[in-house]
Amino acid sequence: MTETKQPIIQIRNVSKRFGKVTAVDNVSLDIRAGEFFVLLGPSGCGKTTLLRMIAGFELPTEGQIVIDGQDMSLVPPNKRPVNMVFQSYAVFPHMNVTDNVGYGLRISGVSKGEIRDRVSEALELVKLGGFEDRMPDQMSGGQRQRVALARSLVMRPKVLLLDEPLSALDAKLRAQMQFELADLQNKIGITFVTVTHDQDEALSMASRVAVINKGEVAQLAPPSDLYEYPANRFVADFVGSVNIFEGTLTLDEPDKAAVDCPGLGKVYLNHGVTGPHGANVWIALRPEKIYLHVPGEGKAVRAAAQDAPDGHNLARGTIKGMSYLGDVTLYDIQLEGGQIIRVSRPNLSRHDQEDFTWDDKVSMHWRADSPVVLLS
Amino acid sequence: MSGPLQDWKSQKKPFAAVASAPVFWLTLFFIAPMTIVWLYSFGQNAGQADIDISGTLDNYKRAIEWLYLSIFLKSFAVAALTTLICLIIGFPVAMAITFAAPKWRPWLLLGIMLPFWTNLLIRTYALMALMGTNGYMNKGLGGLWEGASWLRTLVGMQPLEAWTPVQLLYNNFAVVLGLVYVHLPFMVLPLYSALDRLDKSLIEASLDLGAGHFKTFIQVVVPLAAPGIVAGVMITLIPALGAYLTPDLMGGTDSQMIANVIERQFKRANDWPFGAALSFLLIYAMFILIALQSMRSSKVKEAG
Repeated sequence: MTETKQPIIQIRNVSKRFGKVTAVDNVSLDIRAGEFFVLLGPSGCGKTTLLRMIAGFELPTEGQIVIDGQDMSLVPPNKRPVNMVFQSYAVFPHMNVTDNVGYGLRISGVSKGEIRDRVSEALELVKLGGFEDRMPDQMSGGQRQRVALARSLVMRPKVLLLDEPLSALDAKLRAQMQFELADLQNKIGITFVTVTHDQDEALSMASRVAVINKGEVAQLAPPSDLYEYPANRFVADFVGSVNIFEGTLTLDEPDKAAVDCPGLGKVYLNHGVTGPHGANVWIALRPEKIYLHVPGEGKAVRAAAQDAPDGHNLARGTIKGMSYLGDVTLYDIQLEGGQIIRVSRPNLSRHDQEDFTWDDKVSMHWRADSPVVLLS
Repeated sequence: MSGPLQDWKSQKKPFAAVASAPVFWLTLFFIAPMTIVWLYSFGQNAGQADIDISGTLDNYKRAIEWLYLSIFLKSFAVAALTTLICLIIGFPVAMAITFAAPKWRPWLLLGIMLPFWTNLLIRTYALMALMGTNGYMNKGLGGLWEGASWLRTLVGMQPLEAWTPVQLLYNNFAVVLGLVYVHLPFMVLPLYSALDRLDKSLIEASLDLGAGHFKTFIQVVVPLAAPGIVAGVMITLIPALGAYLTPDLMGGTDSQMIANVIERQFKRANDWPFGAALSFLLIYAMFILIALQSMRSSKVKEAG
C-alpha cells in the first residue's frame, strides 16, 4: 500500500447545532488517503454527528466538508463517494446475503454478471463464502456485521465510514475483529474512518486518532503519541488509566524540569517543558510506569531512581486496594498525604502477586522520563 | 417459569375457572345467535312469524341471482376502492407521524384517534352537513367561483355565470368519501405501528448505497411495512364491505350496498331466511379473505 499525503477528507470549521445544543464545535481536521482514522470520545461528544455529516445524513450548521477535492455541502448521501457500516449493521432483513451485498450495485445499474462477480469477491474478502443464500435472521451478530461490511466494500467507496463497528460484539469476537478490520484496511487500501468510545479499539486499529471532547478535537495524534504524550488532562484520563496530580512548576530548563506536587512529592523530569515558571500544572503518571518496593530496600530504590536528584520521583504509601487481573495486579495505594495512587505491576513470575497485600507499607519510584506535564 | 396458568394441560381446573366466563359469554351471545341465523338461511317463511327450517337451498339460489350478486360485486368494488384510497392517503400520514419529532407524535396519533371517540352517526351527519348543497364545501367552492369571476372582470373578460351548487351527497362518490372518512384511522394505525418498528438506519443504509428516496421507499420501506399494509387492508376492507350506515345515509338510490339489502329483508320484506342467506354469503366471503391472508402469512413465515 502506498500512502499518499493528500487529504481525502477535509473538515473545515464545521459546527453542528441541534437547537441550543452544540454537538460539534468548530472542528477542522484532515483525513489522509489510505489511513485508518478513528474518532474517539465519550458518548455524546459529537463523534457520531461528525461521522454522519461526512456520510451526508446531517448537514453542518457552519463550515464545509470536502471529500476528494469536492465540496459536499449540496451532495446528498446517495451521491457521495463514501459508504457507511451502521452501528446496528442495518442489514436488510427481507433480503438474503447476496441481495443485501448486491443492493447498491443493482441500484446503480451494474450488469448482472458483474454484480455476481463483485458480490462473491466481497463475500470472500469478509470470509462469508458459502453464506450467499442465508437470510439475516439466520446469522449471528458477527456475521451480519460482515454482510454490512461486504455491502459497503462492494461499492468500492473512496472512504468507508464505520459507526461503533464492534460495540455489539462479545469481547473475544471484538478482539478478533479489531485485527481483521486493520488487516482488511491494509489489504484493500481504502480510507477507513471509525467512530468508537473504546480506547483499546482506537489504539489497536488506528493509524491516527482524533480524541473528541464536547464537540471539539482534544488531540489528534497516532495512538502511541496519544498514550505517551497526551496533550491535556482529558486525553490523559480518557486514553488508558492515569494518575493525575496538581503541582507547581519549580524548575524548567531545556534538559530538565521539576514540579512540586503537594499530594505526591517532588517530581523530576529529564526534559524541559514550555511553561512559565511557577505555573500551575498537572503531572500525569501511568500506573504501569511506577515501580513498587518493600520499604527498607532503600539502596535498591535509590539505585533505581538515580536518574533524578535525591528525594525526587519517590513516594511512600499503604496498600488500600488490590485487584488481581492475571497478567497484572492493580494496587490502589494511599500516599502519605492521603491521596490514592494506582500502580499496576506485571506478574512476571507465577508468585509475583503474593509479594504485596492489603495494608502493606510500600515505596514507589518512577523514571525521570515517565511523568507527563500537562498545562491544561 | 411455571405459574398456575402457564400450562393449561397440567392445570385444568384453574384454567377452566378463568376460561369459563368468556366461553359462556361467547356461546350465549355470539355462537348461539349466529347458529340460529345460519339455520334460518336453510328455511322458509311459514306464516307471519314462524320459520320452517326445511334444509332448502332456495335462499342461497336466490342470493346468487344477478340482481343480488351484482350488489355483492358492487359492494366489493366500493369496499376495495375505499381501502385503496385509505392506503394511498394513510401511508403518507403514517410516515409523517413516524418521522415527526417525538414530542409531536402522541398529539398526531391523538388526532387520528379522536374521531373514534365520537358516535359514528354524529360524525356522518356532520360530514353530511359539510357536503350538503348549502354546506361549507359548496360555499367554499362557490366563493372560489365568484373570486374567479371577479378576476375575469378585472382583466376585462365576461364574468362567469352564477354559481350552481354541486350535488355532493346521495351518490356513489358520497358513499366512498364517507367510508374513507370513517375507515382511515383503521388503516393509519397498523401502518404506523409497522413503520414505527422499522429500523430507521435501514432507510439510511439504502440512501448510503446510492438509492434515491423513491427507490428506497419501493425497495425497503414498502416490503418491510408489508405486514402493516396487509393488516390495514384487512381491517379496512372487511368492515367497509359490511358498511350499512354510510350508504344508507349518504348514498342515493343506486348506491346501496349489500348490508342495506340485508337490512331490508329482515325489516320491510320480512323475509328472514333470505336475509340470513345473504348475511352468510357475506360472512363466507370474509372467511375466504381471512383464510387467504393467513395462508399468505404462514407462507411468509415458512420462507423466512
